[in-house]
Amino acid sequence: MEILGQLINALPGSVAQGLIWGIMAIGVYVTYRILDVADLTVDGSFATGGAVAVILILNGCNLWLAMLIAFIAGVLTGAITGLLHTLMGIPPILAGILTQLSLYSINLKLMGKANQSVNVNQTDLLVSLRWVKEFAFHNPLITVGIVLIVLIALLYWFFGTEMGCAIRATGTNLNMSRAQGINTNFNKVLGIMLSNGLVAFSGAFLAQYQGFADVKMGQGAIVIGLAAVIIGEAVFGKIFKNFALRLLSVALGSVIYYIVIQAVITLGFDANLLKLLSAAIVAIFLAIPYWKREYNAKHIRKPKGGKVNA
Amino acid sequence: MLDIKNVEKTFNPGTINEKKALNGINLHLDEGDFVTVIGGNGAGKSTMLNMVAGVYPVDCGSIVIDGVDVTKLPEYKRAKYLGRVFQDPMTGTAADMQIEENLALAARRGNRRTLRTGITAKERKEYKELLKILDLGLEERLTAKVGLLSGGQRQALTLLMATLKKPKVLLLDEHTAALDPKTAKKVLDITEEIVEKNNLITIMITHNMADAIRVGNRLIMMHEGRIVVDIKGEEKKKLTIEQLLSMFEASSGSQFTSDKVMLSK
Repeated sequence: MEILGQLINALPGSVAQGLIWGIMAIGVYVTYRILDVADLTVDGSFATGGAVAVILILNGCNLWLAMLIAFIAGVLTGAITGLLHTLMGIPPILAGILTQLSLYSINLKLMGKANQSVNVNQTDLLVSLRWVKEFAFHNPLITVGIVLIVLIALLYWFFGTEMGCAIRATGTNLNMSRAQGINTNFNKVLGIMLSNGLVAFSGAFLAQYQGFADVKMGQGAIVIGLAAVIIGEAVFGKIFKNFALRLLSVALGSVIYYIVIQAVITLGFDANLLKLLSAAIVAIFLAIPYWKREYNAKHIRKPKGGKVNA
Repeated sequence: MLDIKNVEKTFNPGTINEKKALNGINLHLDEGDFVTVIGGNGAGKSTMLNMVAGVYPVDCGSIVIDGVDVTKLPEYKRAKYLGRVFQDPMTGTAADMQIEENLALAARRGNRRTLRTGITAKERKEYKELLKILDLGLEERLTAKVGLLSGGQRQALTLLMATLKKPKVLLLDEHTAALDPKTAKKVLDITEEIVEKNNLITIMITHNMADAIRVGNRLIMMHEGRIVVDIKGEEKKKLTIEQLLSMFEASSGSQFTSDKVMLSK
């Protein structure tokens, strides 16, 4: 009973974190599912978003403007990866790793140190974990929830436009896209930019929520993003067919991920092993479609009834 | 008008895999010309089509469409002038997108893609009417994912997409080869209908000699990167498969070496 009480007590915090990371996971969805590219820039751009927002806020910048600039900073990191891939012919995974590595230095330079705190008692913030159990409008669950819905609506609109359709076509079939006059390189870059903009935006939220930005805050972000995408599809895939609902399922996947992690910690799991656990879970989920194919190839079903001819 | 002049292409030059794919191709086609292309494996048929489409750059020579030199334009820019259907039914459509979305993508070929809606209500109605012409029941499945369609349906849809926005040149790379005979005939019938209606310049590669003779107003045969036989108009109408084979032997000094062609006599 005590454990259950602890869990319920921690639930609002887990959900808030899940929603914030959900924005990041939607960014991962854009590259991983729509563009069919595994982009590792996110580990760096997530921290970039946090760093940019915290520095701007500490310098008295308007909060929403700081969020917008964090988004733009993320877009620029995506542009670097995209150009490394399309202009310099570097495979996308490696291009992402190169950007991610260089962003570590850039984030350090931005903040001047590895960790920059921003105190909610001294500075106005959009979200803070202190308010997570308050019955008020500035509760992060409400703020992030509303932003999430607005973002999903914007993405739903965007991927229905001519430009958005071109990105989707590029992710589905390069030959067809070029034959239909779509500049596939341009659209790859555009998709990676948008994705990292969302990731940095999410990082900007998390930095405020936890009260600091850290150069390592994005470490393993890609794994959490993939976990959210996979959990969302596994849980809601059968019922959510519409594109907007799919994006929502990714965000909900992230919430589920954080609730499960919280539960595991509450049950006494060594918190130092969490990243190992996350990686193992994602690896297994990524393997399932492959294992299914392998299994079906080896276990050929016997025809039902009747004699086999010849 | 399509003008292919002295086009040459060598793959993997300077390596053990060096392959001279095109050895000085010259071809001039005017409005309404429908040329069928036959030839053995490795004769350079697909390479010629890919050169026109800009899949890879030419080594030398030039390609001019309606007075515009497209030799140096990248594939996606040339797409403005070209409609293409590929041998593999998977290649021509986006499997994860809906039938109507695929058509809408094709309708915007050559246009700048803006933030306007990707498909309008008016287009949906038009597509429904257009799909009825195919007579494959696709008009009732506008929002179905293309990945759910059969090879023949996808090929017919690709053909419609290739000509939705009238191209200057239609390139068909054995577009019926992967289909069963009945579906292949249907797709070919639709092809002829569309080409005639739009008076398109068309290049069609085929392995079926009977089709090559029956369809279009000109026939070329390729061998080792060259056009070795070129027959037009009345002469083409009277052509027989036996004549075609002996012409090939005379011009190339060898037997026709494609099993597929022999079987489809």
